[in-house]
Amino acid sequence: MALDISGISASESKSGSLEWVAMAVGVIILIGAPFVIYPVFLMELLCMALFACAFNLLIGGGGLLSFGHAAFFGGGAYIAAEMAKMYGFTFEEAILAGTATAVFLGLVAGVVAIRRSGLIFAMVTLALAQAVYFLALRLPFTHSEDGIQAVPRGWLFGLVDLKDNMAMYYVCAGIFFLGYLLVRRVWKSPFGQVLRAIKDNQPRMISLGFPVDRYKLINFVLSAALAGVAGSLKAIALGLATLTDVDFSTSAAVVLMVLLGGLGTLMGPVVGAIITVSMDEYLAGIGIPVPVVIGVIFCFIILVFRRGIVGEFLYYVNRFQNRGAR
Amino acid sequence: MSAMALFGQLLLGLINGSFYAMLSLGLAIVFGLLGIVNAAQGAFYMLGAFFAWMLGQYLGIGYWPSLALAPIGVALFGMLLERTIIRRVYNLDHLYGLLLTLGLFQIIQGLFVYWYGTSGQPYDYPDALAGGHNLGFMFMPNYRAWVVVASLILCFGTWYAIERTRLGSYLRAATENPTLVRAFGINVPLLVTLAFGGGVALAGIAGVLAAPIYQVNPLMGGNILITVFAVVVIGGFGSILGSIVTGLVLGVLEGFSKVFYPEASNMVIFAIMIVVLMLKPQGLFGRER
Repeated sequence: MALDISGISASESKSGSLEWVAMAVGVIILIGAPFVIYPVFLMELLCMALFACAFNLLIGGGGLLSFGHAAFFGGGAYIAAEMAKMYGFTFEEAILAGTATAVFLGLVAGVVAIRRSGLIFAMVTLALAQAVYFLALRLPFTHSEDGIQAVPRGWLFGLVDLKDNMAMYYVCAGIFFLGYLLVRRVWKSPFGQVLRAIKDNQPRMISLGFPVDRYKLINFVLSAALAGVAGSLKAIALGLATLTDVDFSTSAAVVLMVLLGGLGTLMGPVVGAIITVSMDEYLAGIGIPVPVVIGVIFCFIILVFRRGIVGEFLYYVNRFQNRGAR
Repeated sequence: MSAMALFGQLLLGLINGSFYAMLSLGLAIVFGLLGIVNAAQGAFYMLGAFFAWMLGQYLGIGYWPSLALAPIGVALFGMLLERTIIRRVYNLDHLYGLLLTLGLFQIIQGLFVYWYGTSGQPYDYPDALAGGHNLGFMFMPNYRAWVVVASLILCFGTWYAIERTRLGSYLRAATENPTLVRAFGINVPLLVTLAFGGGVALAGIAGVLAAPIYQVNPLMGGNILITVFAVVVIGGFGSILGSIVTGLVLGVLEGFSKVFYPEASNMVIFAIMIVVLMLKPQGLFGRER
């Protein structure tokens, strides 16, 4: 039995109207949320959700599970923070610089990693991310354990002062929404179809003349780039880039978000990120060791809840609709 | 630079290499049988060290009995996990196995960090192996010599047990075709549990051996696990002997780079991994499967 990532191809297309309703509700929540909840927390949440969407692009598209996505998230975060703080880059320039870094790292890691698939792919990405972690630990500009702190947010296009939390929040929300639409677009495009076909039957796609490796690499770099956007945005919005951003716990956290929400569902990563980030925040307050809880949830999902929350939901909606049709 | 420093680092590299070899051997055995990569292997390494430390701390049991008791404890714990939890994902995509064992790893490591912090506990050398000898070109601490000898014996003992004994032949047969082996009346699930216990015990012994050299730290498993993954990718999951050789050679290379360019020593194995993947994606000793 393969990974349960059928969500995108089967369920969501049938429940098209449902998706629009969910998206409309999502946009309303996105606009209204900062009036109810502390905006800085929401910014962190949105950055993690975007990161999860980026990760999901890779696994939902090509079925490749990366264990090293923190390298792109953290790599982007470090460069964006350094550029904004030390070189006076504006907000847009810093985000672009962070994203470019992630693209570069993604290209290097992608060329190496796509030579294998499945388990070995996961192990290779993990090892490559560890190499990036050691770089972040050793390079002088990252300040090792301290990280880069007090990063200025700057102005959006020189017009809007981002020191205001509400302004910063809506910029994050806008970028997140664009990122979400991008993932959606990629999946529903012919490019996304080819990726799924490669996942299902790679030898056949090769014999049909598709440059399989190039497709995989483009998807990998795209996913890395989006992770870089998320990391850069996080560094600027929260004003810091630290070793946590590049270390394995972040790579594992994003895997958990996507698993929890539902592998290969569009909304899944968002739902997973909301739950995981809120849980982190809550647990840190009451002193229960977070990694243990995360580990328990990991095991629980894999043993009994492999479709994830959104995946499970779509599964039942689908069954319900099919019964109606008969 | 002095020859002393060079040989000292090479010795440490050889020791690390033998730990890599023992951990990747355990991974290779379980992978061969089940197709699962056991990400909890690092946790079992840490548990080996911690069990030894706890035996000493709470029960006053010394190094030598612990060297046997701690790995047995680790193996029993591993087999319990295999029987109750890990077994449930054998029929699923093997990525689920990796994720599940990763979850177990996080639980075990998280609990020990919660209980003991991340500062590390010292664990003493056994008295019999205190001190060392001056070999002329280097100073050889007795304990380190013992670790090298012991782990080499264990690695090649494992190789012998798998490649040259009857039980090993069952194991290899079950790797090739479990259904057929079952039809011959061999209890394959039991064999799997035992092999899992054996693989995990190797990590546990490595943990006990490592305890006096490094400190007993809850995070020791995570650090070594990622390196061992890279080692496994470089060697490929093809042969037992391949795992041993790759682990040892990479450990020595890592030690070597510590002498000449310490900043890069952490990166050497990953750099080698990249080169190997570009030239021979299935790994040095790997077979395409």
